Amino acid sequence: MHALLGENGAGKSTLMNVLYGLYRPDSGRIFLRDRPVTFHSPRDAIRAGIGMIHQHFMLVPPLSVGENIVLGYDPLTRPWLNLRHVEREVHSLSAAYGLDVDPRAIVWQLPVGQQQRVEILKALYRKADLLILDEPTSVLTPAETEALFAIIRRLRADSNTVIFISHKLDEVMAISDTVTVLRGGHVVETVARSDTTPAALARAMVGRDVTFRVAHEREGQGEPILRVEGLAALNDRGLPALRGLSFVLRRGEILGVAGVDGNGQSELAECICGLRPPTAGRVLLGTRDITRLSPRAIIEAGVGFIPADRQRTGLVLDFDIAENLILKRHGQAPFCRPGAMNLPAVERHAADLVERFDVRAPSVRSRVRTLSGGNQQKVVLAREVSGNPAVLVAMQPTRGLDVGATEYVQRSLLAQRERGAAILYVSTELEEVLGLSDRIAVLAQGRIVDIVDAATATRHQVGMLMTGGR
Amino acid sequence: MSSFLSLQVLVDFLAATIRMATPLGFAAVGGVFSERSGVFNIALEGMMLGGAFGAVMGSHLTGNLWVAVLVAGLAGGALALVHAVACVSFGANQVVTGVALNLLALGGTTYLSRVILRGANVERVRAFEILPIPVLGDLPVLGPVLFRQTALVYLLALLLPIATVVLLKTPWGLAVRAVGEYPRAADTAGIGVTGIRYTCVIVSGIMAGIGGAFLSISHVNMFTENMSAGRGFIALAAIIFGKWHPVGAFGACLIFGAADALQLRIQTYDLGIPYQVPVMLPYVLALLAMCGLVGRSPAPAAAGIPYRKEES
Amino acid sequence: MGGGRWRLFVFRLIPVWALCVALGLGAAFISLAGGNPWTAYWAVAHGAFGDVFGFGATLTRMAPILLAGLGVALAARVGLFNIGAEGQIYLGGLGAAWVGLYVPGLPAALHIPLALAASGVAGGLWALLPAYLRVTRGVNEVITTLLMNYIAIQGVGYVVNGPMMEPGAPYPFSPVLLDSAHLPLILPEADAHAGILLGLAAAVGLHLLLHRAALGYRIRAVGFSPPAAAYGGISVRRTMLGAMFVSGALAGLAGAGEVMGLKYRLFDRFSPGYGFDAIAAAFLAGNEPLLVIATSLFFGALRSGGSLMQRAVGTPVAIVIVIQGLSILLLTLGLVLHHWEPARRFLRGGGPRPAPAPAVERTNVELS
Repeated sequence: MHALLGENGAGKSTLMNVLYGLYRPDSGRIFLRDRPVTFHSPRDAIRAGIGMIHQHFMLVPPLSVGENIVLGYDPLTRPWLNLRHVEREVHSLSAAYGLDVDPRAIVWQLPVGQQQRVEILKALYRKADLLILDEPTSVLTPAETEALFAIIRRLRADSNTVIFISHKLDEVMAISDTVTVLRGGHVVETVARSDTTPAALARAMVGRDVTFRVAHEREGQGEPILRVEGLAALNDRGLPALRGLSFVLRRGEILGVAGVDGNGQSELAECICGLRPPTAGRVLLGTRDITRLSPRAIIEAGVGFIPADRQRTGLVLDFDIAENLILKRHGQAPFCRPGAMNLPAVERHAADLVERFDVRAPSVRSRVRTLSGGNQQKVVLAREVSGNPAVLVAMQPTRGLDVGATEYVQRSLLAQRERGAAILYVSTELEEVLGLSDRIAVLAQGRIVDIVDAATATRHQVGMLMTGGR
Repeated sequence: MSSFLSLQVLVDFLAATIRMATPLGFAAVGGVFSERSGVFNIALEGMMLGGAFGAVMGSHLTGNLWVAVLVAGLAGGALALVHAVACVSFGANQVVTGVALNLLALGGTTYLSRVILRGANVERVRAFEILPIPVLGDLPVLGPVLFRQTALVYLLALLLPIATVVLLKTPWGLAVRAVGEYPRAADTAGIGVTGIRYTCVIVSGIMAGIGGAFLSISHVNMFTENMSAGRGFIALAAIIFGKWHPVGAFGACLIFGAADALQLRIQTYDLGIPYQVPVMLPYVLALLAMCGLVGRSPAPAAAGIPYRKEES
Repeated sequence: MGGGRWRLFVFRLIPVWALCVALGLGAAFISLAGGNPWTAYWAVAHGAFGDVFGFGATLTRMAPILLAGLGVALAARVGLFNIGAEGQIYLGGLGAAWVGLYVPGLPAALHIPLALAASGVAGGLWALLPAYLRVTRGVNEVITTLLMNYIAIQGVGYVVNGPMMEPGAPYPFSPVLLDSAHLPLILPEADAHAGILLGLAAAVGLHLLLHRAALGYRIRAVGFSPPAAAYGGISVRRTMLGAMFVSGALAGLAGAGEVMGLKYRLFDRFSPGYGFDAIAAAFLAGNEPLLVIATSLFFGALRSGGSLMQRAVGTPVAIVIVIQGLSILLLTLGLVLHHWEPARRFLRGGGPRPAPAPAVERTNVELS
């Protein structure tokens, strides 16, 4: 039972996708049972006895468990679908490993934990003896996680090999025999679990590189401007994403929110900005309760939002720069007089911002789709920042940007902080959070584990908090 | 009113229902495959029309009815091939392509019928005649209704259970259903999404073409312009109403066929209901069926969305 | 990279290429059937523009295609498919006829706008139902609008055959509309009515709306990216519903033009498929209102010139429909051409494709 540990972007999933035949390696070799193998497609991998359980299940919802398991297994020319045979196999495999799945059940009606077991059964049905589990517990409740571990132990006992990809230290410590830590596409170390400690693994995961800290004065903070109290919300799948979150954001402060992706960050940002209704709790801007206001009202109240997905949410790719810059204020003066938009004013505004924010583009009428990632982000930044918001929520603002653009974004945010804005800086890049924030809130599983002072926090400390350890 | 309710009239009515339902049934049952594999085929209408014309051409040129049916199937299949290439390989918008194909079929068949068939002797086109099944055809009531129909009706009766079994009980059918719901899962399981979609679209075209053949060489023996008159769209409504199941779709076709038969008889017997009401009925029913899709819609989830491999 | 701009320009002209290829294929079909494509096409052009009668006929056929085409284009701009233009035309005709017949005692200056408003509301409401189903329940509007076409045609048929039928008429049509509800003629010799002016005004109005009004900005934003629009504070729901209503209203006005300008009566089946021509016209125009003027003129000319072509040269009018279908098909293919590798190479200028960035570097892992 071998665990592959690392942060987001460390390369874990990519490596496993190569192993499963989904990506082709540029160089290097794979040895299976001491023989070199090349996989051109998942079919080759399956035939070699490798089974993969993806993070996003490859199950067809309206079909039954049995149908999903046998999908693609029989050659298409076979005249009869023998579901009864499949059901018998499923029953015996279920019994052998404690999977307890009803082959007649319809997949979309099953809870997520059960769906995952169907994925495991798919692999076992195809006689896989090497199973790869990609972040399997990210969608499970603690109880389901325990059940999964029991299954993994039984698989192991039956001389199956299991590779367990995770970023969660405590789980890795609980279940694995060997741990390989990946960071930035390289292997850091491979150790037996018994020879290591959580602290050592955390250090390996986040590294001992020199911390990039942007030099800035940490002044005393202003008065609280945004208060979040007991916020709870569901994610798109209907599972709890935020479980009673509370914090206070002050003027002139950057509060970093650190955590591994998928622990409630986007839901938090969306709740604050009115794009997701919370199931409990409140958000207060000053003295005003903005919890259930429309996005438009919250924008007008002075909350800016740099979304994580700039291409889908932050920008209308087929609009030009000028049009994108007025997305939130297109109906207001001076851009719009009653009856008509004031196009010269829109252009002047755009020209001004393009100059100030150094957006490289042929003209303000260039479609945003044609801009580079860095320039696209500058457009978003220019729009959100130029309105002088009281509160700015920035989600992954430097994702996908080169060093120059990253620096630019960070300097802008610091400038806003000087101006007295309150910034919520949400990022999975621990480096940045450590370097930019005044205080750091660590988010894990929909809760704030702790809020630490950035000046005294260490990578190691925050890394431990992020992975759920203490 | 009493004359309307006599047994003879009722039997006539039921037999007519089957007749009216058959062309719809071919198109609908074939269309189920296309929709289930995830490709919208609103060009069933055009494929039917193409088939009607093809059948007349085939019968005119060879005098052999089954060759005519083959030609009809090929005509529908050819249009379907264009649809498949545009939508599956190129990822073009399935609705617009369907509209274009309908226009092509309408213009093309009208044009060709004027240019080629103009002046040709209409009587020379052979048509299917009623083929009574021995013994069964002599049963009271059921006999004339079910067992004294033309050959294509029996063909549909044969194809319907085959289609149902293939879709629901074979590995290929399972693959089709998976492709229409979640093509990426099917792809990961090693199924060729493109091949399946091509096959299903072409099957729907061939079936629609044969349905068109029924219109032109069964009971009548000629081609008139725009002969399909919207039946392809009713077939689409039948697919929806029948919840994308071959038997359900055929059942809906029976209901719509009954409405069609009723509509003619209302005019004859002067029943006081405006004939537009039963003509409207299939569409209203289909509309209600679409509104009433509460909870999980039975429509194939990936319908209308082109599948591109590079998105991961 | 100067070559790049030229290549992009070639790409932008795809609708024109599609039309040219379609016309070329049409010419091929005509010659295969033994006709002369040049005389046929010349007959079409001459019939459509050669004299006052022809031009008038062209304008008359252009008007409903233009109005309905603008409606389809507007719906497309907000991201919805309005295939129900034909049905909305029928409802619009019904609304106009109703006001034109049963609201007496008004001067034309009031009666005409009232009838037009009625037709707009009727068409708009007819489009609103599928839009509402789509926005609240995600019901596919392609199928619902398509179905509602047939319901509309039959419903109007019922009315014209029954309550609104002219007593003693040999086939179904309504009594003549009151004089005050007749649209004025702009080319009296040729029966060309003012509907075309309405269409032109609507095209200009829609253009200004889309490109200069805040509402137009919202419509375009929703059409391009609903998530970004919602993020920007725009109500996607309200924008879609509003746009669909106007879309149906425009198609309704097309119907009003036919009833109030052309025949002065409501006829059963009064639209020979203008709603579908409208879809072609909108699509070919890239859903740009001012370009819809050009494409609807083209299709109107094909319809009016086509009948001359049939009479004079013997080529069946149906070839026009073939050309319509071909041009839409070729255009849809053209629009997705950029997914096809040879086309991508053309745009790039023939170089190799750029390599993706490496994700995992030199890892040695031994998994026991």
